Amino acid sequence: MTEPMTSAALVGAEAIEEIPIGPEGSLWSDAWRLLRRRPIFIISSLLVILMVLIALFPGLFNFPGYNPRDCPLQDARLRPSAEHWFGTDLLGCDYYARVLYGTRVSIAIGIIVTTVATVVALIFGSIAGYYGGLVDTLIARATDVVFAIPLILGGILILSLVGQRGIMQVSAVLILLGWPTMLRLARSSVLAVKENDYVDAARALGASSFRIIRRHILPNALAPVIVYATITVGTIIAAEAALSFLGVGLQLPAISWGLMISVAQNRLRTDPHLLFFPGLFLSITVFAFILMGDALRDALDPKLR
Amino acid sequence: MDRIDPLDSYRPTLVKKETLLGRYLVRRILQFIPVFFVATAIIFLFVYLMPGDPIRALAGDRQMSPSTRQALRDRYDLDDPFHVQYVKYMGRLFTGDLGEDFRGQQVTEKLAAKLPVTMRLALMAFVFEVVIGILAGILAGVRKNGFMDNLVLASTLVVIAIPIFVLGFIAQYMLGVRLGVMPISYNPSRPTFSLLMPALVLGSVSLAYIARLTRTSLVENLRADYVRTATSKGLSRRRVVGIHTLRNSMIPVVTYLAIDLGALMGGAIITETIFNVPGIGREVYNAVRSQENAVVVGIVTFLVVVYMVANLVVDVLYAVLDPRIRYD
Repeated sequence: MTEPMTSAALVGAEAIEEIPIGPEGSLWSDAWRLLRRRPIFIISSLLVILMVLIALFPGLFNFPGYNPRDCPLQDARLRPSAEHWFGTDLLGCDYYARVLYGTRVSIAIGIIVTTVATVVALIFGSIAGYYGGLVDTLIARATDVVFAIPLILGGILILSLVGQRGIMQVSAVLILLGWPTMLRLARSSVLAVKENDYVDAARALGASSFRIIRRHILPNALAPVIVYATITVGTIIAAEAALSFLGVGLQLPAISWGLMISVAQNRLRTDPHLLFFPGLFLSITVFAFILMGDALRDALDPKLR
Repeated sequence: MDRIDPLDSYRPTLVKKETLLGRYLVRRILQFIPVFFVATAIIFLFVYLMPGDPIRALAGDRQMSPSTRQALRDRYDLDDPFHVQYVKYMGRLFTGDLGEDFRGQQVTEKLAAKLPVTMRLALMAFVFEVVIGILAGILAGVRKNGFMDNLVLASTLVVIAIPIFVLGFIAQYMLGVRLGVMPISYNPSRPTFSLLMPALVLGSVSLAYIARLTRTSLVENLRADYVRTATSKGLSRRRVVGIHTLRNSMIPVVTYLAIDLGALMGGAIITETIFNVPGIGREVYNAVRSQENAVVVGIVTFLVVVYMVANLVVDVLYAVLDPRIRYD
């Protein structure tokens, strides 16, 4: 049961359909029954699925003959029209095509960073929570150190030393700065689960520590981590856009919403559409993930019911 | 004759509360020291690893004689190994010297010049956060699932979901360009007025979080036994919520305010860039772009120290103010 649930936590959004429906009356089956009837959850997951589809197959949504890199300069700075739905940018590229293709890096970075950070947090969080003592102290101090460096400040510092900044470099830095919150959450969740009688029972039956963590603690400690991971995808997408906007994230000729907004910022008076459309897509994507995390929390946190 | 009490180890040791608090404070400060050094060393390591030759950047297009070059490299300790540079830097840091930029201006001077604007911006954002955030949270929390609750939950979710720079540009475009009711950038002759919009943008996300946090905390506390007791004693609803419940509900909000300081600093860089505010945030950004290592390290170290000390202070205040906090 651990395997499919972990993967659901990692991709957060689109794999939500795969959350296994446990035996009748379990937290997961209750949550699933509740979620199916929540319009907010349905709307947000549809939006997430749509965005992931655009990221995977932007060509499906684009019109034939419009290429985001095929830019006739005589068409520069056209306002939105039937021919160019979102207008054209400073170089004459079709803006609709560019905004579509920009989805790819945002979703990719959001999911890569969240996946790795969640895995790291779950591994070290359960080690710290389960064993306690010196290991716990060491992990806690490492967390404190990274925690002392705010995300955007640290991002600017580290990324400005990287000459070539692609998806991997930006993701690596965001992972480096992003794991502590997740780890603290996983640790406290493991600590709470550890006290349960069934953990003692498993130990009394001679189960190894690894088996206890994998089979008994992790599945039960996962709920808050999944909720937070879903929200984190949105937060990370926003952070990437902010870093690209400040000029320390992705570099041209990459197609990214943050970069588009950065280029458009001096054109606010003359060409507001250049700012509007990437901003709109960015906001909808972040919104969808955060909304979905919110709905998940309502369903998975029995205290709020 | 020795008498061994078999129950000795089971008896709770009675220690004065003051001693416990004192021990807690000492331990908390002892924890602070290594975190401080490792965090500054990490920051320094990244800057040390930065590519490119800052001396060449300083020279620009002009040629620089090798001896001048070497003199500058010596002056800024650029040929020393990492740990020597770091120790020298920390030594200067503790004497209040944050280094100087390549034009010979003290980082401390720069900070002093830029700090007031950023402080004003951050303070205004903070006031917006606390006043509007807590008020909205109370309105939402006193009647769970009511109209105000849903309104606050929905609107805060929208604010949280819109990235701060998109929000900044929307505000700038709508209020500044289209309606013309607000200045679109910082105006030194009317600082407070021209900072209203940047401050609201900077504080908006935290405002939304504070509103939600206050609401959740209030909803949870309103179910507590002591609230039922207060109500059954015949106290008015206003007093029950305002005095009894609210005080206890503020605990997570205060913690959040300390953590949030980091977001406020990061957000200030973006906000100051959008609205052209000549503060510390824009200074950091400019310094990174021109590879002024000394300025970046100086200011970022300063900000990180402020952040860490603020968190320490909040933890300590907590322990002093809330007798329920366990010192472990």
